[in-house]
Amino acid sequence: MRYKALKAAFPYTLPIFTGFWFLGMAYGIYANASGFSFLYPMFMSLLIYGGSLEFVTVEMLLSPFAPVQVLIMALLIQARHLFYGLSMLDKFKGLGWKKYYLIFGMCDETFSINCSVDIPEGVDSGWFMFFVTLLNQLYWAGSATLGALAGSLLHINTEGISFVMTAMFVVIFLEQWMKETNHTASILGLLISVICLICFGADAFLIPTMILIVVLLALLKPRLDKKEQEDSP
Amino acid sequence: MTLTQQIITIAMCVLGTMATRFLPFIIFNEKRRTPEFVQYLGKFLPSAVFGMLVIYCLKNVSLFHGTHGLPEGIAILVTGMLHCWKRNMLISIAGGTICYLLLLHFVFV
Repeated sequence: MRYKALKAAFPYTLPIFTGFWFLGMAYGIYANASGFSFLYPMFMSLLIYGGSLEFVTVEMLLSPFAPVQVLIMALLIQARHLFYGLSMLDKFKGLGWKKYYLIFGMCDETFSINCSVDIPEGVDSGWFMFFVTLLNQLYWAGSATLGALAGSLLHINTEGISFVMTAMFVVIFLEQWMKETNHTASILGLLISVICLICFGADAFLIPTMILIVVLLALLKPRLDKKEQEDSP
Repeated sequence: MTLTQQIITIAMCVLGTMATRFLPFIIFNEKRRTPEFVQYLGKFLPSAVFGMLVIYCLKNVSLFHGTHGLPEGIAILVTGMLHCWKRNMLISIAGGTICYLLLLHFVFV
């Protein structure tokens, strides 16, 4: 039963395989270039297991110690997982111990497979989702670790490699932009951050930015809700 | 940062992540509907957060000193154009990063 589920799950993880190796290696090289041994990206990719936050964590490890800010940042960056969870409440029911691992390892890519795939007949859905989650996590943690090891062995000039994080967020931001009909939230996020960065400086702008984003979104709710209704056919 | 502070920092990231992943399974069930405000935030928060993260990456770029943020600006434009053209995440990220590295090491030396 397990082998059958593994065989069914593997092909679905192949596209993720390519993406994770590229980003994971880049993450490992970046962490190593920032002065961390391979143990850091290895443990972070195994325990945090959320790509965008892991990049930010490296940056935060280089900044002054600020645990509360780190926690709020983690909650905000990962807030979207709340909605993944809501969509999987039913699917994860009655899977025993596997359920806890499935929740633990529910990153964007794993969620998109487990949520959308019609599991072939005769394949145990619990084991299928378990292997999708496990394979994806192995790709990610493996590539991050290898990237960091390669970075430390090759002694190449890695100055500027941190731009991979900027490019990643620019691309995710653009993807959100193309998907949405109303750009208020995107523009708000950019504007508030720039204003707070100017007012509070690079080391202190995150918390005011995050508070302002949530407060302003709450204030704009009646208007955005209304626009949403007008835009939808 | 000391090693203990590093471990606490990483633990905070693990805690934050796992809170967002486990919370729905702890507090919501099919009988209880998700509060409307939570649904609203779910729809609009990600765009704002990713906008914030783009700025976060650029927080140490100075417009008035050194290279005036030109390599970053050009590389972001290239990333964006690649993405509008091919809409392939890997090509855009790799292309933008290579462009930035070339600018940094060969043009704005």
